[in-house]
Order: sequence, then C-alpha cells, then structure tokens
Amino acid sequence: MTASDRRTVYLDHAATTPMLPSAIEAMTYHLSRTGNASSLHGSGRCARRTVEESRESIAAALGAQPSEIVFTSGGTEADNLALKGLWWSRLAADPRRRRILLSGIEHHAVLDPAVWLGQHEHAEIEWLPVDELGRVRPDDVRRAVERDPESVSFITLMMANNEVGTLQPVAEVAAIAQEYGVPVHTDAVQAIGQVPVDFAELGVDAMTVSAHKLGGPYGIGALVVHKETQLTPILHGGGQERDVRSGTLDAPATAGFAVAAEHAVKHQADAASRLTELRDTLITGITGTVEGALLSGDPTDRLPGNAHLSFSDCEGDSLLLLLDARGIEVSTGSACNAGVAEPSHVLLAMGYDDQRARGSLRFTLGHTSTRADIDAVLENIGPVVERAKSAGLQNVGRNS
Amino acid sequence: MRVLAAMSGGVDSAVAAARMAEAGHDVTGVHLALSRNPQSYRSGARGCCTIEDSRDARRAADVIGIPFYVWDLAERFHADVVEDFVSEYAAGRTPNPCLRCNEKVKFSAVLERALALGFDAVATGHYAQIVDTPEGRELHRAVDPAKDQSYVLGVLTQQQLAHAFFPLGDTVKTEVREEAERRGLSVAAKPDSHDICFIADGNTAGFLSAQLGEAPGDIIDAQGNKLGEHQGAHGFTIGQRKGLRIGTPAADGKPRFVLDISPVDRTVTVGSREELAVAHLTASKPRWCGPAPTEELQVKAQLRAHGEEVAVTAQVDGDEVQVTFDQPTSAVAPGQAVVLYDGTRVIGSATIDTVERVTAAV
Repeated sequence: MTASDRRTVYLDHAATTPMLPSAIEAMTYHLSRTGNASSLHGSGRCARRTVEESRESIAAALGAQPSEIVFTSGGTEADNLALKGLWWSRLAADPRRRRILLSGIEHHAVLDPAVWLGQHEHAEIEWLPVDELGRVRPDDVRRAVERDPESVSFITLMMANNEVGTLQPVAEVAAIAQEYGVPVHTDAVQAIGQVPVDFAELGVDAMTVSAHKLGGPYGIGALVVHKETQLTPILHGGGQERDVRSGTLDAPATAGFAVAAEHAVKHQADAASRLTELRDTLITGITGTVEGALLSGDPTDRLPGNAHLSFSDCEGDSLLLLLDARGIEVSTGSACNAGVAEPSHVLLAMGYDDQRARGSLRFTLGHTSTRADIDAVLENIGPVVERAKSAGLQNVGRNS
Repeated sequence: MRVLAAMSGGVDSAVAAARMAEAGHDVTGVHLALSRNPQSYRSGARGCCTIEDSRDARRAADVIGIPFYVWDLAERFHADVVEDFVSEYAAGRTPNPCLRCNEKVKFSAVLERALALGFDAVATGHYAQIVDTPEGRELHRAVDPAKDQSYVLGVLTQQQLAHAFFPLGDTVKTEVREEAERRGLSVAAKPDSHDICFIADGNTAGFLSAQLGEAPGDIIDAQGNKLGEHQGAHGFTIGQRKGLRIGTPAADGKPRFVLDISPVDRTVTVGSREELAVAHLTASKPRWCGPAPTEELQVKAQLRAHGEEVAVTAQVDGDEVQVTFDQPTSAVAPGQAVVLYDGTRVIGSATIDTVERVTAAV
C-alpha cells in the first residue's frame, strides 16, 4: 500500500480540527467582498455588519454579551491579552496586587506570559499544585487566596487540559475568587464544543476561545471579557474592539468563526456522547491489549475526545513516527523546540517520571472521527508499541 | 528499501536524500539535534546544530516529498563526542570529533534506532563510495578528492557499512550544488560546514579553556630548556607552528613546532621541523571495514582529515597496529586516527597512541 491510496486516520483534533464546510462557505463568501469594518461608507458598513452579526452569534453560543467578545488573532493572543491586560490594570488600581496564581499544567500561551511577567514586571508567580489526575483542587486555590487576598492580581485556570484532557473546577474557583474580588481567567480553547461552556454561569472575568479548534478558520480567536472587567491593552493602534485590541477586523474570519461556534455549541451534547463512546472504545482497546499502557488524567471527568496514554519502555517519538508511517496521525502532546521533544511539563507536574512522560501519546477525536479510525489504531498499536520498545529509549544504553 | 536519511540542513545531505528517494526507496528524513543549546541564528562559523539548520533540513524534505522528524541526540552526542573531545585534549591528545560522531552516533545510536524502527539503512551526505563485492561491502574514497570523507568513515565496520548509503561518493561537489539548484533545494548555495559543529564560533582553544580552565605551564625545547610559558597545554596540537608566542627565536632562526604535549607536568615541547619527523607509530582500538588483516601490509596511510597519503608498512597484532613510514613524516598527533588505504579502498583505522621520532630527542 502506498501513501496515496491509504486513508489518513486523523486523531489530532486538539491540535486543529477540520474546518466545517458551512464555515468555509461563510468565510469564502465574505473573502470575495471588500470593506474595512472601520470605514464609514457602504462597503465598510457591510463588513461591520458581518463582524457584529458574528460577534452576536459567538456571544450567544458562549453565554456572553456581544460587547464582551474581543476578537484576537487566536488563543495565544487572547491568553497574552488576558494575563498582561489584567496584570497592568489590577496593578494600576492597587500596587499591592503582585501575586499570579496558576498551575503548572497550563498551556504555554498562559505559562510563558506569566513567567514573563515574573521576569520583567516582578510578578510573584505562585504555582497551584495538581493531583495525579492533573486537576487543581479548589481548596488549594482558597488557601492561596486567603493567605493574602489583597495581594492577588488574578487567577488563571484552564477549562480542560489540552494534553491529558482533565476538566478543571473553574466555576468553583471563580466562586472562591469572587468572595475576595479576585478576577479569574480561563483558557477554554479545548473545551468549547466538547463540554458545556457558559461564560456568565462560569462567573469568570475573561475566557480564551480559538476558532480553529472548533471547526472555524485559523488566525482568529476571542477573549471574552466581562463587561465590568478592566484590561490594559497590549496592542495599540486604531482603537478597535473597545480600544482593548487594535487592528483591522478580519470580517471573513469572524463569519467562519461564528458559523463554527454556533454549530459546535448546538451539537455539543450529541458530539460529546458520540466521542465519549469512541474514546472509551479506544482506551479500553489499548489498555486491554498493550502491556504497560496506562491512561493519563481522569478516566471519566475528561474531554470526550481526549485519550492520553503512556507506554512503558518506549519513546513517544518512535510511536508517532511508526503510526505516521501507517497513516495514523497523533501527537506526543509535548512542547516542541525546533521539533525537539521535551518531556511534557503537564505530565511532570502530575508527578510522572521523565521516562513515562516521554513515552506518551495523545489521541484526540473530533467531528470527523469514526469507528473505522479507532479500529485502525487498535489494529496497529500492538505491533507499533512492540517495535518502538525494541528501538528503546533515547539517551539510554550509552556506548552500547 | 526503507531508508533513513540523516539531514543536517546542508546541501550534501539534502541531495543525498533526494537521490535515495528518486532511486525508489521509501525515504524518511531525520535531523539530528546534537546541541544542548541550539543557536537561534547562525553565528560565525558554520555548524550543524542551529534551529535554522533544522528548518533548512525540513524544507529540503518538503521539496523532496518525504516525511521528516527531528531526533534529539544531544545527550548521547555530548557523552560520546563532546566529553571525549575534551578529555582527549586534557590528556594531551588531538581527537577527531567527526570520526567519533560517525562511530558512536550516526552509525551507532542512529543506525541502531533506525533498524529497530524497521528501516533497512541510513543514508548520509558523506563523500565516500561503497562498493559491493562478493565478499561484502567495501568503503572507497570519493571521486572528488577535495571533498573525500572516507577518513572520518574509516571507523565503520562491515556490519555498519552493510546498512549505509553514501549517494554522493561518485559526484564532485560543484555538481552536487548544481543538482540541488536543479531540484529546487533552497540550500543549494548554503556555505559548506567546516570546523567543529559544537564550537559555534570556531574558537577551539577558547572552548577548551572554558571546559578545562587555565593550566599554565612551560614551553621547553627537546633539551629541557625553558623557552616560554603557556596558559594551558590543551591549546596545542602536535605539529602546530603558529601561536606559540615564544619570546626568544631559535638559535638557527628556523621556525619551531610543537613536538610533544605532556599534561601531567604541563609542559609543551617544541623543536625544529627535523625533530618533528616520525619514523614509526603505534595505534590501538582498530576498526576494520572488512576482515582484520593478518599479513604485513604495504599500503598507504592517512593521518588526519584532508591529510596527504603516505606509504607505510603496517603490521596488525591483535588490538595493536604498528605502522612504519617509508619516509619520515611530520605532524603525527596521538589521538588522531591512522586510516589505512589499499588504493582507494579503506582497510580500516586505529587511534594513534605513541610515535617514534627520527631524532630520539623526545
């Protein structure tokens, strides 16, 4: 069988998921039209109408007010805006607010701005512990806040971990924070369309969303910002988006984003039950047949599309290469530097040793996933793990 | 055949991978990340460990149309090549890290992992030729004498050669560049790598000083007279002429060369070109490309990368190789490999341990 006649089994939906045909249609329609949403003439008003209608759809899908949607270039920018914007606005109001509370399992788009604030703005980074399932405990958050509530800048806690899929107690944390008037940001990039997400019900102050993770286009996302929450802008210019985020609005992308967000939320419950069943078939199929394979994260309270497994005595890199050669596309779920895999900071924070962390694979299912995809994995995973084990562990057995 | 193409990001390995794919092999490209702290930007000397090199390799793989991965071998490379390099210099010897990398990393760690993962062979952009014969595979010099790299491959055994491809051995470098251009590989005009890839600025002495610290000692002549001082014996190589910084000129006014490095008493001995001449050397840790020779050999030897061939008589005695030069030769440095050639064929190599000079002064 050659690569050309082989079906690709795409199980990396957490990296990006195929764009919905209806979103492509909406976006391409608007791509053929001209108009800057900030222009005052007819073409400008048309573009503006597209943006505002999209904003309303997205707000409705997320349980927010339209004015609370701030479009960004994606999840990373939204996270940066949330952290830096909250930091500076909170500090301006009260110079004692220097503590940032976060866990070590956050995405790099949250971790790195926090660490940057620590290095450049003298923020005090306080790491919230996580349990072995990769979950932050609300009691730990309460203790950290109560130690000195006046000095907390903000708390950031993701809705669901992007690597191991564990859902986080964001609403509980937001309730605790609210007692002390501390703002909470949540990165909900992985959660939308997989679990119910309602911005108002959650009670957070800012929430990050990305379009391409839910069937929309690349290059657009949003920070949902509570109407009473103050953010210091980090991109200055034309004053778009409530003066919080300058830059010409990408009207076609907002249209694609809106169609995808509406669809994802409308079909969330059906998708969740369908993906959960497929996911559990995958998990039990692998752990039941592959010796040394273990599920990471919470067995039930996890993203419906996420199956994260660790394999003993082999490299995730080897597994990925071997599966890729068989047309099965997964992720090692780890951060990359020039393509060099580092052991995952999430797994290390959960107490995994370096070797287990390196021998991990993340399978993520989405709207195009089928039972045939799962069967293809189950058919190949045994021999692939055997072969990867024979290739052994890197940096082990020196001078053999 | 399933072939793993090691792709450094340079023009040679890119064309090598393209040729393997064109020949109908199922080729996968792999960039070996060897540096613990990859340089973000090219800094001075050309290495093979920068993030840009990784990107160049990836782009070449895209153009060729093959899968591409990065393998992190930084720890292994550090342990087997960099640490060996430093400790050899500390012992007053002159190592060849490229040769060590081929022996321990590219055709050991990488080849073993490739075979375990189901590949049949590893292909590289080295300039050397493999000739299949009924008795097995032979390693030969490349047709381009200026680029020939058979010296640094002289450590490969029959077993390693059996799983190696050097697709560029029959081509001269200028043609490889033209071919890269023709194939649309953007690395076609990329400068050749040179120097030592893990010493980005090319300052070997500075690198060694940073690793080993300063260890001042005396520069003496063969009679034991002190001529000057140095900041560390590891900054010197046998045969070195430049940078000795000796205040007083030699009595005969002729240039002086490093004859011997003694790390124990930290002395560096210098002398005339005549004193440098070597009649005989003893080498150990032989690696044979085929069966170990049993007879006395009348062959050619190469004593350093890009060095001239000299005629020798070699006698193998277990793990030791005795090499006698037909004509005295200079600049023979312990730690370097002596690679033996029969015509263009590589017989094998061994690491130089001791030398016997023509003038028995040292």
